[in-house]
Amino acid sequence: MNEKRGLPSVGVFVCRCGVNIGGFLDTPALVEYAKTLPGVVFAKENLYTCSESGTAEIKKAIQENDIQRVVVAACTPLTHEPLFRAICQEAGVNPYLFEFVNIREHCSWAHMKEGEEATKKAKDLIRMGVARAIELEPLESIEAEVEPSALVIGGGISGLVAAASLAERGFRVALVEREGELGGMLRHLYKLYPSDVPAEEVLKPWRDKVIDNPLVDLYLESEVISVKGYIGNYDVVIKSPEKEIPLKAGVIILATGAQLWEPPEGLYGYNKKDVITQLELESLLMKGKLKADKVVMIQCVGAMSPERSYCSRICCVTAIKNAILIKELNTAASVHILYRQMQAYGDEYESYLRRAKELGVRFVNFSPEQSPVVENQQVKVYHQLLGRELTLPFDLLVLSTPLVTQRGSEALATLLKVPIDQDGFFLEAHIKLRPLDFSTDGIYLCGCAHYPADVGEAVSQALGAASRASIHLTRGYIKVEPIVSSLIDEKLCQGCGLCAGLCPYGAIEMVDTSEGKKARIISVACKGCGICAASCYCQAIRLSHYTREQLEAQIRALLSA
Amino acid sequence: MPEFEPRIICFACNWCSYPGADLAGVSRIQYPPNARIIRTMCSARVSPVFVLRAFQRGADGVLVTGCHIGDCHYISGNEKAEENMRHTAELLDLLGIGKERLRLEWVSAGEGGRFAEVMTSFVEQIKKLGKLKLKEI
Repeated sequence: MNEKRGLPSVGVFVCRCGVNIGGFLDTPALVEYAKTLPGVVFAKENLYTCSESGTAEIKKAIQENDIQRVVVAACTPLTHEPLFRAICQEAGVNPYLFEFVNIREHCSWAHMKEGEEATKKAKDLIRMGVARAIELEPLESIEAEVEPSALVIGGGISGLVAAASLAERGFRVALVEREGELGGMLRHLYKLYPSDVPAEEVLKPWRDKVIDNPLVDLYLESEVISVKGYIGNYDVVIKSPEKEIPLKAGVIILATGAQLWEPPEGLYGYNKKDVITQLELESLLMKGKLKADKVVMIQCVGAMSPERSYCSRICCVTAIKNAILIKELNTAASVHILYRQMQAYGDEYESYLRRAKELGVRFVNFSPEQSPVVENQQVKVYHQLLGRELTLPFDLLVLSTPLVTQRGSEALATLLKVPIDQDGFFLEAHIKLRPLDFSTDGIYLCGCAHYPADVGEAVSQALGAASRASIHLTRGYIKVEPIVSSLIDEKLCQGCGLCAGLCPYGAIEMVDTSEGKKARIISVACKGCGICAASCYCQAIRLSHYTREQLEAQIRALLSA
Repeated sequence: MPEFEPRIICFACNWCSYPGADLAGVSRIQYPPNARIIRTMCSARVSPVFVLRAFQRGADGVLVTGCHIGDCHYISGNEKAEENMRHTAELLDLLGIGKERLRLEWVSAGEGGRFAEVMTSFVEQIKKLGKLKLKEI
């Protein structure tokens, strides 16, 4: 105990997060400032507070300084709160005596050019966090059962792999596919790079595994129209052509894939006949209908542009693969690939690129400022390396266009309450630490729904997502945050019944007592929104971890300085 | 004279608006640094008492953010927040603080850009209103 002021001892840990915070805020000043705050007995800066050395320092400081409240000023609680709570617990501090202050997403990253004002904001946030920490109370988490089944949205290769993988572990899986057939994009592809295996050969075993496994319920031509609940306990409604089907799921895997951007008619002469996309070329190859002696491919059509600034990753190697296939069919054919930056990453794709060159495929580097021009069955392009314009006659022009977000992604994001990025792809919880999770627990993602991925990557991600999801399914229970309402004192309750009427979960009932009608809160049914506490004019209800004292302490701390 | 920099409290719900603010940061979308966020589980937790307390203690503006109607993690908490804030706004008018100093906005977890826009426009609005001067009673 911080005997002098009668306050609990608070330890403050300020994270530099490399340059992400340290590069924009004056973190040493934040540490010095934290030391002046009421209750603070220890403050320190870490390069990465979440690293092994950072968390070890927290534990050491807790033990050496008898710290009773831990404040970490770093990133967002949505990714790292569980980690720091666990560290507190290991060091003997109740995990609910931990307070997270967000000085990265809400400060250093949002005010990158306002160093001084941003540092001032961070000081305020830390002061508010310390004030709240002092008011925190220890709580014990509540355990809840996990429904041992999964919902997989999307029946392409990622969804099939995820569904098969979970079913093989013995969990029931509902696999929902919008189209009438399983397989997604792979149904439209001929051979896959870099092994030149027919797409169908990759697809078939996974599709069979899903169809043959009695634990997988298939919903074709169906869509998810409603998702309610939380990890371990989702209530889902699927709309099939016949009816609406309600079902329960413990976890959800999102594997909705992506679609190819179709160029507008006339772009580089696009006409679906002799000017086609790579996907249309796949179809010609599949049907054995390709007849072309002079082939030109243009990369980055509609990609890495102001409208779609990202690289679609798969188009370069797709072009290399199709060029090789054309050369193998017809050695005499000329194939030119006009590219901006060749994304043939890793050993495997690098040697694939070399093989194409050995077969006589020509690679022409152009700059976006001098894009190729198509007229009279010819492509004119300024060759960056030769330093002169080339004229390439063609009888087939193939446009490599990017993968773009699947139609309906935005509506699905709203339904699941998960984020999408500026390009419409689904956004993971953390690019490095939780690449297959959403920040909302219990929902996972894999494949092109996240970002363009090739088949190998999509399969790895799907196996990974299934693995992540199965942690909760296997354990069979989850720990629920003990954030629930309770009646402070029955005497305070005037029995008006406002709270019971407002509660969205029917978790409050009015009971007759000798003192008249009183509210009774059913804590297992309470989800912790706090509407009752906010609305009770007698202040008879408190919501744990978001008590009036805690929230007002934050307000007071901000405005009293 | 330096420009008036308002002090703003922003309540953000754990499920939509707080991650919306996170996304604004992750996307490096810049907005004025005037507001300080207080996290609640639901916008419904924001009691009128907190809003009044904030003004009493010297806030120039209060922004309450939550999930879009129909998207609330707690079924209908945001609808109740809307009702609570409507009454609170009326109260602010009666008290001479002015309802323009309180704003309720829906920001989803995917709307980083919208979070920044809301923040920017609210700061502008409060700057126009000027510093809140409460009379001693």
